[in-house]
Amino acid sequence: MRLTAITAAAVLATGAAFADTVAPGDVQFGEYGDVATSLSGMAGDADKGSVIFSSRSKGNCAACHAVAQLPDVAFQGEVGPELTWTGEARTAEELRGIVANAKMTFPDTVMPAFYKTTGFTRPGDGYTGKAAQGDLSPILSAQEIEDVVAFLLTLQES
Amino acid sequence: MKFKALTAIAALLIAPAAFAGGADDDTLTINGDLDMVTKTAAPDHLSDAFDEIISGWHFRSDETQQLQTDDFENQGMIFVDQAIDQWNTAEGSEGKSCADCHSDPADSMVGVAATYPKWNEEAGEMRTVQMQVNDCRTNRMGAEAWKYDAGDAVSMEALIASVSRGMPVDVAIDGPAADYWEAGKDIYYTRFGQLELSCANCHEQNYGNYIRADHLSQGQINGFPTYRLKNAKLNGSHSRFKGCIRDTRAETFSAGSDEFIALELYVKSRGNGLSVEGPSVRN
Ligand code: HEC
Ligand code: HEC
Repeated sequence: MRLTAITAAAVLATGAAFADTVAPGDVQFGEYGDVATSLSGMAGDADKGSVIFSSRSKGNCAACHAVAQLPDVAFQGEVGPELTWTGEARTAEELRGIVANAKMTFPDTVMPAFYKTTGFTRPGDGYTGKAAQGDLSPILSAQEIEDVVAFLLTLQES
Repeated sequence: MKFKALTAIAALLIAPAAFAGGADDDTLTINGDLDMVTKTAAPDHLSDAFDEIISGWHFRSDETQQLQTDDFENQGMIFVDQAIDQWNTAEGSEGKSCADCHSDPADSMVGVAATYPKWNEEAGEMRTVQMQVNDCRTNRMGAEAWKYDAGDAVSMEALIASVSRGMPVDVAIDGPAADYWEAGKDIYYTRFGQLELSCANCHEQNYGNYIRADHLSQGQINGFPTYRLKNAKLNGSHSRFKGCIRDTRAETFSAGSDEFIALELYVKSRGNGLSVEGPSVRN
């Protein structure tokens, strides 16, 4: 019993073991950079998404984007547009595509791709400055992308 | 009480807008009499990117800016004092000091920081100030080379910069420098690492904007070496380049590498016309 719980947790942690998870290289982008279906095969959790959005070690989205709904997050950035109304302006499909790889929606954008593992120049081992050892993991997991998308959909003025 | 809390929240909500606005309009005078050019017309080679080039000083808080206006408050000057002692100390198999060949740096070193990195015809190489210092140490003093961008090397660079303060940066980018300059420019526009960010993404497209708590400047190096309050030491430009590339989740180049020598020349040339400010103070 104990053993299965641990195994299940390990499987959850790697994510990729789920049949429904779309691997970074297999994501299908639509004509405008949108992604039709959940990357993890599951719904996102907006509360978790809010934490991922603001934590430096995860999405660190707040480094570049301001969101009025997160008054406790200090020093919100100005490099990207304010996202206070994003849940009204964008669909889940559009947002999933933008977070997974914003360059499919906005060519040449400054915004990093959060679900991409190849095609980088001098990829590093996290923030160590040293060369990456082996394959990179995406910055966010499939489920974390879904969580962030769920959070973005809550950003509505009314 | 309740009112106060609400006001605080309102202030937080508008905070990004309140910080916005790019470079401030302050002016920098050092020790009451040395006026610095901290904003000026962009050099020709940059005219398609910028109208105006701006020193990193303009993007720092008033408190940080203040520290650079007086040599007694500028902690970078402590390292300059140490370098003056070093300047006068004989070292190596020849028993010579810098002073034996160059007497007073306040005379002999004027203009050096404004024009380096510079092509050295005899050696057939592009030389940074630190490389030139090490050339003197190894070839003329018979002393050991200093480690790049480490203690003694940056302190000496700060001394050499300090005697050119107020002079316009004026590095040559033509002739034998042209290839290095092009190589540096390539690096400047390369999107490194898993975040796929180039120097230009942050310092050309987004200067004046906040990236989290940091107010992005144009990434000029007219102020190097800089004394940073964050690590309480002098920092060379190559160390700064390293930190910026590391922050893109990339494998960096090392201090003193050919890549960073080329990048130093290129970035320095983007500041042609700004006053030499080293050692400057930054956060
Ligand atoms: C380094 C800066 C940076 C980071 C980090 C960043 N973004 Fe962006 N983002 C941008 C920029 C710039 C744009 C504007 C797109 C363009 O280039 O035109 C943008 C656009 C967007 C948009 C589209 C806005 C619209 O409707 O047009 C969304 C949504 C978004 N970002 C969400 C996120 C999320 C979520 C994260 C973190 C997981 C994130 N961003 C991280 C810079 C960034
Ligand atoms: C992700 C954003 C980002 C990227 C990419 C980046 N930098 Fe920076 N850089 C910063 C921040 C933030 C600071 C601190 C605030 C400032 O001075 O702009 C900084 C500071 C600097 C400074 C110090 C300026 C001063 O006046 O003290 C220099 C020089 C510099 N960067 C050069 C570069 C170069 C060259 C590259 C490319 C190799 C680069 N940066 C890439 C974010 C970045």
